[in-house]
Amino acid sequence: MSVLTLLVRRGGNGLALLLAVLVLNFTLIHNAPGDVADTIAGDMGGADAEVMAQIRRDYGLDRPFHEQLLAYVGKLARGDLGYSFFFNQPVTELLLERLPATLLLVLSAQVLAIMLGTVLGVIAARHPNGLLSHGVTIFALLGFSAPVFWTGIMLIILFCSIFPVFPVAGMIDVTVEGGWFVKTLDVLYHLFLPMVTLASIFLALYSRLARASMLDVLGTDYVRTAQAKGLSEFQVVYKHALRNALGPVVTLAGLQFSGIVSGAVLVETVFSWPGLGTLAFQSITARDAPMVLGILFFSSLVVIVANLVTDLVYSLIDPRIRIGHRG
Amino acid sequence: MSEPHSGPLLSLRDLTVEFATRDGTVPVLDRLSIDLDAGATLGLVGESGCGKSMTALAIMGLVPSPPGRFAGGSILFADEDLTRASDAHLRDIRGNSISMIFQEPMTSLNPVYTIGEQIAEVLRRHQDLGRRAAWERAVELLDSVSIPLPGRRAHDYPHQLSGGMRQRVMIAIALACRPRILIADEPTTALDVTVQAQIFDLLQALREETGTAIILITHDMGVVAEMTERVVVMYAGRMVEEGPVRDILSEPHHPYTRGLIASVPHLHAEVSDEPEDLLEIPGIVPSLAEFGQERCLFAPRCPRVSDRCRSEQPLLRGSGGWHKAACWHPEAGPA
Ligand SMILES: Nc1ncnc2c1ncn2[C@@H]1O[C@H](COP(=O)(O)OP(=O)(O)O)[C@@H](O)[C@H]1O
Ligand code: SF4
Ligand SMILES: [Mg+2]
Repeated sequence: MSVLTLLVRRGGNGLALLLAVLVLNFTLIHNAPGDVADTIAGDMGGADAEVMAQIRRDYGLDRPFHEQLLAYVGKLARGDLGYSFFFNQPVTELLLERLPATLLLVLSAQVLAIMLGTVLGVIAARHPNGLLSHGVTIFALLGFSAPVFWTGIMLIILFCSIFPVFPVAGMIDVTVEGGWFVKTLDVLYHLFLPMVTLASIFLALYSRLARASMLDVLGTDYVRTAQAKGLSEFQVVYKHALRNALGPVVTLAGLQFSGIVSGAVLVETVFSWPGLGTLAFQSITARDAPMVLGILFFSSLVVIVANLVTDLVYSLIDPRIRIGHRG
Repeated sequence: MSEPHSGPLLSLRDLTVEFATRDGTVPVLDRLSIDLDAGATLGLVGESGCGKSMTALAIMGLVPSPPGRFAGGSILFADEDLTRASDAHLRDIRGNSISMIFQEPMTSLNPVYTIGEQIAEVLRRHQDLGRRAAWERAVELLDSVSIPLPGRRAHDYPHQLSGGMRQRVMIAIALACRPRILIADEPTTALDVTVQAQIFDLLQALREETGTAIILITHDMGVVAEMTERVVVMYAGRMVEEGPVRDILSEPHHPYTRGLIASVPHLHAEVSDEPEDLLEIPGIVPSLAEFGQERCLFAPRCPRVSDRCRSEQPLLRGSGGWHKAACWHPEAGPA
């Protein structure tokens, strides 16, 4: 099977899945209590039934369910995710506007967690009864059980109020002046705390997983073969063992990327990070159905693409599952 | 490195390796003394769990630690004590002057690298070869272990090869740097019979060609009879009999050795005129916890056991020349 057939086949499956998820989401939101008319009426300080009905007519909410659904899918097929009642902006435009902030946060947190977690896991595995090994286990337990918003708030208290070294909220400081370099530094400065907060959950998972996986691999026959060749400890561990131990880490990374939006909602909200998570939070509160649907649609798209990428990366690491190989 | 030295190429002198267990330390190798001359072949026999693999790992400096540690004696290789050598120095020796192949060809190669790379790697490590030269030499080595289309096969991953082919690759890796000693730990136990014979033929041919000394570990006296000049029989971490293959097969002194010979069909027929009556040795090898006790550890399974055997440890005694056994009541006469 070539990479192309794989892409076509998985792409087809993905499309069907996407449609199914979409219908489900649409049905759920349609049946959820409250709609945009309630929100608008609330903002106006109350409205009578006549006005409410007018608003619903304006937004096409009075038509039968299947008509609304068909209309939505029809527009979607043309790449139109609809219009956000609440933000007064096309949904696609808003999504694309907020996407970079979330990507920056989630990707940097993931990269930090994967690299640091793997290294910690490897070191712990090499001395399974050492201090660091126990440290990793305890740290993993803490990191995993502490709610992410709690970690975020603690970090804010520690680094923004007791030792005021980092900004509390946002992504940029509008008062900062200078060229692109200064602006980039400013973003990184704002990024630090939310990134560490988000990474803390992942880090615990990755280090624990890398430790377990590495312990398995260090006991294998081929690691002993590598030692019998007279290779250095470094080569034995990082060339021969680590690459075999990475499989579970890659799988986990794929799963985590899938949760790109859900994972970011809390952290973004705590730090007022202007990404998709904050957007999701706001649009759910506002009963902004097209916006919520758009975000959900986008999330499922990310899940499907992330899975495909995971498979491709996996096959790069391990030739036994390399596409197109026999055996 | 290869200064002229006197005596055997490799000499274990009262080598003791201890394992830390829950109930204290036990000698997994108990005052083991074995000599190996340059270019010689030595069989190391015994049932599973007698310490054969541990002997090999000790020579390689790869005793798992914890739980293991050297607790006495020495391993002299070209007159240098390997039990005192630095890790760095041991790494220079491993895969270079002493190499090893393992019992499990299916799992002994790294699944994520091509076999060409796995051979080339050891050449780059020990010989001053660049990437290209090492790869070309790796292909030659694949050819020398009779792998067809070596140039193409070098790009294969282990999972694309059969068990027999993988063991050939392991042999190529082990012999890449023309070692002075090759330790083969049950190299064919996991392979089917026809492939076994091919692997042994290959080892024989390569030995004649390269003059490397071979320590062949096996639980099969039949293999020893075909492949080696001398035999060491091990039981529960101790050497119980040692001598030239012919002497030991024709006149084994130790009841354990007798039992091992009696359990191999064609061997038994060769050395005795009696009708075939194949005997499994009753009982099992003692567990590690019982190793090291000051008595004959074979006593519970021995047909000739006396009270003395249970209270005093028999030491190795020679019956002239090279043939020695550790038994209070050695047998005389053919097996
Ligand atoms: N890593 C280990 N930890 C604890 N005991 C071990 C270990 N490796 C081997 N042993 C024990 O040491 C003894 C000798 O084992 P081994 O050298 O593998 O025997 P053989 O190769 O002759 O079958 C056995 O009792 C075995 O259970
Ligand atoms: S010493 Fe005794 S028990 Fe041990 S092998 Fe000899 S006869 Fe048997
Ligand atoms: Mg063994």
